[in-house]
Amino acid sequence: MTQEIVKPEKFFLERFGMNESALERTIGSALERRADYADLYFEYRNAEGLSLEESIVKHTNKSLSHGVGVRVCAEDRTGYAYSDEVTVDRMRLAAEAARAIADQSSGNQPAVRVGAPGERHRLYELTSTPLGVPLADRARLLEDIDRTARALDPRVTKVMASFSTEEKIVMIVNSGGQVAADVQPLSRLNVTVIAEDGAGRQVGSSGCGGRVEYKYFIEGDRWRELTVKAVNQALTNLDAIDAPAGEMVVVLGPGWPGILLHEAIGHGLEGDFNRKGVSAFAGRIGERVASPLCTVVDDGTMVNRRGSLNFDDEGTPTSRTVLIEKGILRGYLQDRLNARLMKTAPTGNGRRESFAYAPMPRMTNTFMLSGESAPEEIIGSVSKGLYAVNFGGGQVDITNGKFVFSASEAFLIEDGKVTRPVKGATLIGDGPDVLTRVAMVGNDLELDPGVGTCGKDGQSVPVGVGLPTIRIDGITVGGTHA
Amino acid sequence: MAMLDPGLAQWALDEARRNGATAADIICVSAESLAAGVRLGEVEKLKSSRERRLGIRVFTGDSSANASTADMERDSLASFIAETVAMARLTAPDPFSGLPNPALQASHFPELNLEDTETGIIPADEALEIARKAEKAALAVDSRITNSEGAEFDSGRYEVLLANSNGFSGRYVATSYSLGVAPIASDGGAMQQGYWHTTNRQRVKLDDAESVGVIASKRALRRLGARKIKTTRCPIVFEPEVAAGLIRTLAGAASGPALYKGASFLVDRLETAVAAPSVTIIDDGTIVGGLGSKPFDGEGLAINRKALVENGVLKTYLLDSYSARKLKLQPTGNASRGVGDSPSVSSTNLYLVPGEHTSADIIRSVKHGLLVTELIGFGVNSVTGDYSRGAGGIWIEDGELTFPVQEITIAGNLKEMYSAIDMIGCELVWRSSTVSPMFRIAEMIIAGT
Repeated sequence: MTQEIVKPEKFFLERFGMNESALERTIGSALERRADYADLYFEYRNAEGLSLEESIVKHTNKSLSHGVGVRVCAEDRTGYAYSDEVTVDRMRLAAEAARAIADQSSGNQPAVRVGAPGERHRLYELTSTPLGVPLADRARLLEDIDRTARALDPRVTKVMASFSTEEKIVMIVNSGGQVAADVQPLSRLNVTVIAEDGAGRQVGSSGCGGRVEYKYFIEGDRWRELTVKAVNQALTNLDAIDAPAGEMVVVLGPGWPGILLHEAIGHGLEGDFNRKGVSAFAGRIGERVASPLCTVVDDGTMVNRRGSLNFDDEGTPTSRTVLIEKGILRGYLQDRLNARLMKTAPTGNGRRESFAYAPMPRMTNTFMLSGESAPEEIIGSVSKGLYAVNFGGGQVDITNGKFVFSASEAFLIEDGKVTRPVKGATLIGDGPDVLTRVAMVGNDLELDPGVGTCGKDGQSVPVGVGLPTIRIDGITVGGTHA
Repeated sequence: MAMLDPGLAQWALDEARRNGATAADIICVSAESLAAGVRLGEVEKLKSSRERRLGIRVFTGDSSANASTADMERDSLASFIAETVAMARLTAPDPFSGLPNPALQASHFPELNLEDTETGIIPADEALEIARKAEKAALAVDSRITNSEGAEFDSGRYEVLLANSNGFSGRYVATSYSLGVAPIASDGGAMQQGYWHTTNRQRVKLDDAESVGVIASKRALRRLGARKIKTTRCPIVFEPEVAAGLIRTLAGAASGPALYKGASFLVDRLETAVAAPSVTIIDDGTIVGGLGSKPFDGEGLAINRKALVENGVLKTYLLDSYSARKLKLQPTGNASRGVGDSPSVSSTNLYLVPGEHTSADIIRSVKHGLLVTELIGFGVNSVTGDYSRGAGGIWIEDGELTFPVQEITIAGNLKEMYSAIDMIGCELVWRSSTVSPMFRIAEMIIAGT
C-alpha cells in the first residue's frame, strides 16, 4: 500500500469541494450578527490501532472521521456547532446555530476574503506515515515485544502491547481571512507487563511516541528498551515495601515526573481560568511562585514531539512561552478569545480534541530548564526521603491549587543512597507553594518519552512534559506506613 | 433527528459477507445535543451537535477486525468494509473470538422508558434560562460566594442500532438532561469551588434548578478555611458521591477483561468473601428510566438484575462473550460497545444496597475521623488493590463535624477496605448509573503533615 503525501491546503477542496466561495459564504453567515470573530475548523482523521494480549494480536481497528466545527465569538460568549457531514448546507446550519450566541443587531461586518495559507513551522515533515507500514510488520513488532518481555524473566506472566497511529488533516479558516492547513501525524507504542511470584502480582508499563515515522520505534532498538523498562518496573515492584506516609523530602527523577509541572503549575496558568479569576494563580504575574532555581516553559515548537504543533487549533503558530523565570511568574497560556479579553497576545495554546469541540487554552510541552547540580549529588544530599522515577496520572483542583500525582515506581533514600523500592503512592501538594520548596535542580533535563494525554473539560489532547532531577523539601507522600 | 436506517445495517452485513467475512456485527449511533452555559448571569456558550457513526466488526473464521466511519455513502462504505475484511485476514486467529451464542441473544426488549418523548432537545433560550436560574440561586446563598465557573444545561438524544449476522437486530432511543452548577466561595483566603448537578432521562424528573445551585454553594462554603492535618490512622466516612467511586472500582476489578489478563485483585475470588458481610452490591440494567439501563447489551444479549456481591461474597463476574469464553463461564449481559471498538464490559445500574444507619448516626459513631467529600487523582492500582488518593473533607471529633480538611491523602488496600466497611447508610439517591449510600471504613491511613 502506498501513501501519497497529502497537501493539506488542497485536501478539503478536492475531497469536499470547499472552495473559497463556500468558505467565505459560511464565515459570512456566521458573522451575520454582531460578533468579534468566527472560524471554521475542518478535520479529517484516519487512525489505526492494534493490540496484543496473550501473545496474539487480538485487536485491530481503524477509524475514519471527518467533520467541521463553526465557532462564533462575541465578547466573552462562544457559540459552537459542528457537523460530521462536510457540506455547504450542513455548514450553513451550523453557522446559524453558532451565531445564536451573538446579539440580533447586524454587526455591519465587511465581507470576508479568504487569503492564501500563512507560513507555518515545519516540526513533523515525515517522508512516510506509519499508516503506510504493512499491518503485518506492525503486528510483528508487538510479537517481538511479547517474546522479549517473556524471555527477560520467568516471573513475567502477562504481556500487553499496543501500537496506535493516526494522521489528522486540518484546515482552519477565520474571519480575518487567514487560512492554516496542516497534516498532523501521531503514533504511540505501549507495553504493559504483569509479573507474579509466590507472594503477589505487580504491573509495570512503559511507552513512547510522537509525531514520528515508524522507524523511530525500531531504530536503536527503542522498542526493546521500552520492554526492558516495563519488565524492570514490574519486577522492582514485586519487592516493594509499603510506602511511607507524611510530609518528607522527595527527589523526582528526570523526564516523565515533569507531570508535577503540568498539574501544579501548568493548568493554573491557562488563560481562561485566570481571566475568570478562578485559578489559585490569578493576578499573580510578577510574584514569586517558585525558588530562584526554577525556570519553567511551555514550548509547542519542538521537532517531532507529541505535544508540538505547527500551529494551534485556531491557526496561531505555536511558540515558547516562559511561565516561570527564576522563580517569578511571567506568563499565562492563551488562546485567541482569552488573549483578546485579557488584552494580550495569543501564545499558540488554543487547542481542541477534535472538530466536535471549541478550542481552549491548553499546554503543549511543559518542562523545567536544567540547573547546575549533578543528579548523584542531589540524591546524596538527602538523609531520609523518597526517590520517585515513574508516575501514573495526576489531577489538580484549579481553584484551591491542590494537586496530586501518583508514583508508580519509587524508592526510599536513606543516608544519601537509593535503597528499597516502595509501593506506589499519591503525592499531594499545593501548586503555588510546591516549587518554592525546590532546593536543588539537576543538570539532566529530560523530556518524557511521548506518552502524555491531558484531559480538561472532557477534551483530551496529546502533551509532553519534562524535568531535570529535582529535590523538593517537603511534599506529602500518601503511603500506608505511618 | 435523522432516523437510522435498519436497511443500511443489513446491507453492510451482506456487504461484509460478500467480501468473505464469515460473521459480522454492525453498530450505528446517531446523536444530537445542545449545551447552554451561563456565567455570572451572562450567556457564555452555546454548543449544538449532530453526529452519526457506523461501526463494524468482521470475522474471517477466528480472526477479526473493527472499524468505524462517519462516511455513510454506500460507495465509500463498500470499500471501507472491504478494507476491514482484509484487515481481519491479517489478524492472528483467536479461537475465543466470535459473535455471542445466538441462543442467548435478547428476543424481546423490555420497555425501559429511556426516552423523554414529550421533550426532545431543549431549545437554547429555555436551556439558558434554566442555567441562569440555577446560578442565580447559587450566587444568592451567601456573600462569600464571590465568583462562578458558571452553570450549564445540556440535553441530548441518541439512537443506537445493533445488528449481527446471526439474526439479532435491536434499536433504542434514549434522552438525557443534566444541569450542573459550579460556584466559587472565598473569604479572603484561598478560594474553594463547589459543584452539584442533576441528571435524568426525563426532563420533569430533574431536581429543581434553584436547589441544585443552593447545594453547589453550600458545598463550596463548607470547604472554606480547609487545612492540612497530621498523619494518622482513623475511621473514614465516605459521602455518597465518593462512596460510589469505590463501588465502581469493585465492578471494574470484577470485569472479565481485567480478570483474564490477570490485571485484577479479584482474580480467582469468585464465591469468596471480598467485602464485609453487610455489603450487597446489585447490578440491574432493567430499572425503568435508569441512567445505566438499556434493552440489550453491547452484543445483543438480554439485560438482567443480579447481585455482584451478596453478603460480602463475590457472586459473579461481569462478562461479555469473549471474556466468558476465556474464563469458561457464561456472559452476564454486561457487554458494552463503543462504535469503534470490539465489545468490552461495563456495569449497568450499579448500587450498594442501603443499610440501616442514618448519616447522622454514622457521623456520631466516629470519635476522631474524617468525612471524605472530595477525591482527586488516579491512585488506584486494580492489579494489587493498592489505594492512595488525594482527599478533602471535614474532620469529625467526638461525633461532630468540625473543620474542613484538604491537601491530604487517604490510603489502604482495596482488599482490606471493602472488608472494613462497618456501617452503611440508609439513604440511596439515584444521581448517576453507579450510586451508593454513605458508608464508613473502620480504619485507613491519612497522610498529612
